[in-house]
Amino acid sequence: MLGTLVQQAVNALTIGSIYALIALGYTMVYGVLRMINFAHGEMFMLGAYAAFLALTLMAGDAQTAGGVVLMIAFTAAVVTVGGVGVVLERLAYKPLRNSTRLAPMLSSLGASLALVAGMQILAGPQPVAFPSLFPSIPYDVLGGTVTSVQIGILVAAFVLMIGLWALVNRSRMGVIIRAVSESRQTARLLGINVDLAISMVFFAGALLGAAGGILYASYYGIMSPTMGAAVGLKAFTAAILGGIGSVPGAMLGAYILAFIEVAGTALLPILTGGLVGTEYRDVLAFAILILVLLVRPAGILGEPVSEESMVYKREF
Amino acid sequence: MSAGARTLEASARVSRPVAVLIVALAVALIALTPFLPNYYIRVANSLLIYVLLGIGLNIVIGYAGLLDLGFVAFYAVGAYAYALLASAQLGLHLPLLLILPIAVSLGVMAGVLLGIPVLKLRGDYLAIVTLGFGEIIRILVNNLGTVTGGPKGVARLDKASIGGLEIARPGEIYWLLIITVLVAGVLVWRLERSILGKAWAAIREDQDAARGIGINTTNAKLAAFATSAAIGSTAGVIFAASQRFVSPDSFSLQESVLIVLMIVIGGIGNILGIIAGAAILILLPEVLREFAEWRVLFLGVLMIVLIIARPAGLVPRRFGPETLLRGLFGR
Repeated sequence: MLGTLVQQAVNALTIGSIYALIALGYTMVYGVLRMINFAHGEMFMLGAYAAFLALTLMAGDAQTAGGVVLMIAFTAAVVTVGGVGVVLERLAYKPLRNSTRLAPMLSSLGASLALVAGMQILAGPQPVAFPSLFPSIPYDVLGGTVTSVQIGILVAAFVLMIGLWALVNRSRMGVIIRAVSESRQTARLLGINVDLAISMVFFAGALLGAAGGILYASYYGIMSPTMGAAVGLKAFTAAILGGIGSVPGAMLGAYILAFIEVAGTALLPILTGGLVGTEYRDVLAFAILILVLLVRPAGILGEPVSEESMVYKREF
Repeated sequence: MSAGARTLEASARVSRPVAVLIVALAVALIALTPFLPNYYIRVANSLLIYVLLGIGLNIVIGYAGLLDLGFVAFYAVGAYAYALLASAQLGLHLPLLLILPIAVSLGVMAGVLLGIPVLKLRGDYLAIVTLGFGEIIRILVNNLGTVTGGPKGVARLDKASIGGLEIARPGEIYWLLIITVLVAGVLVWRLERSILGKAWAAIREDQDAARGIGINTTNAKLAAFATSAAIGSTAGVIFAASQRFVSPDSFSLQESVLIVLMIVIGGIGNILGIIAGAAILILLPEVLREFAEWRVLFLGVLMIVLIIARPAGLVPRRFGPETLLRGLFGR
């Protein structure tokens, strides 16, 4: 029993870490631009494809690539996708910065469509097998099985999240980003390079999303052009759950969502006597989201704004 | 667009010859379409279903200013109502005129169901919850296999008929759609000019001020969700009756997004804008059919370009049907 519990908890932590990496991108863009970037899920997908391409170019066959090659491919892929994030912002969102709130969001939906379709044309619509980034060695922890793949994903995700934390809280760039997210106009008046800060946010967000995509593809051993949509929606839900705009909130939301999902998958069929199966775990995720928003409309760690104080966030 | 420009009374003018020309062209197009080959009538039908959906969603987005990303849920409710009540699936074979009120009631119930929890929410949060709601409905439909047929859907739906008059061929569905679009269009047009419509506009411009002057924002928002859901489910019924097959594939998030886009690209809050938006987003992929796999890519890029080029939509809000009417009949 304890073994199963440990194993399920590690499963939840693993998938939660991946959600957290992606959720951070949503929340940072929202924090700075007050915009939902629907194309962010596609950074996740692009990450996996870029890493696969890098591996194939360097090792000839992606499935047999060794340690150093894997590290280089991982780095090259996430940096490239970070760059794609910056370019996307310049082309599709920057011209709309002073437009209605709805416009950049819809523009990002267009970008999302275009990126998925573009990848389907380039790589074909079928799913592709993805190599494991880490050797798969099972360990016995308190009676449950934990694989080295899961440990590797946890470590990689933690390193990236600590890196982001350091960037935001301990670097000059972080001060600039926080200033811009506080008030774009004031930051500009104080001589802060707002465009640079926004580019940096898109770079870091897309980079983390791409890393999440590579870890996800490596965990499940498969990638497809449409993989960004489903997982992106999940990560997005996590960001909202935690309080969109809040970095710790995105991480907390991601882990909560992952634990609910894993618990739901394990418990739903037992609790309902097989009547409700695992296929309802997404319903569970959205239902929890709606319930949380009813009690705390700004999410768990979001600033508890009253409806009245949200007037300045007026929509389109 | 500034609040001032939006509240400006319709002030666009067209001269009488131009108005006559536009209306004559529209009438000719509507009257001549049924004589085209079936393929073109099917495209026209698909266009009209989206216009109907756009009219419905526009109540929530364009009039009340509430962003709804789960509109397709109501479309699904209507379509599945027809699929279950007019097929061998449940052994019921009810007539169209009986299903329509049932589907509309179910749609309104779903609309209120969605409306109650989201009343406290605004903007982005509202968008997310509605999006979640749409997904919940789709997942339910996908998994209630014994009732809805699961991912396979429901096939071999009955041919629709009204009082012995069969409505199954594209040409017959076409007229059903034209009549429905006209009825819904006039209804919504009247609604926008009613007390309720003014309440919606007030909520859109400034919710707190609206409440301050005594508007019951709760009821007005629920009414917006309910009427929009009623029109959405009506579109679903006609869609199911014309396809005679439904499956969860038709009710994806992309579909919701497409309808939102149609409204935004055409021009929010304006029926002529909805028609323009539907024409671009539905007809263009048809025209590009031979470039099959490139057309979604093209559509995505086009979306970005259109939004950047005309953030307020192709047809200005002040240029509505009344502009044409004024042009036709003078002041």
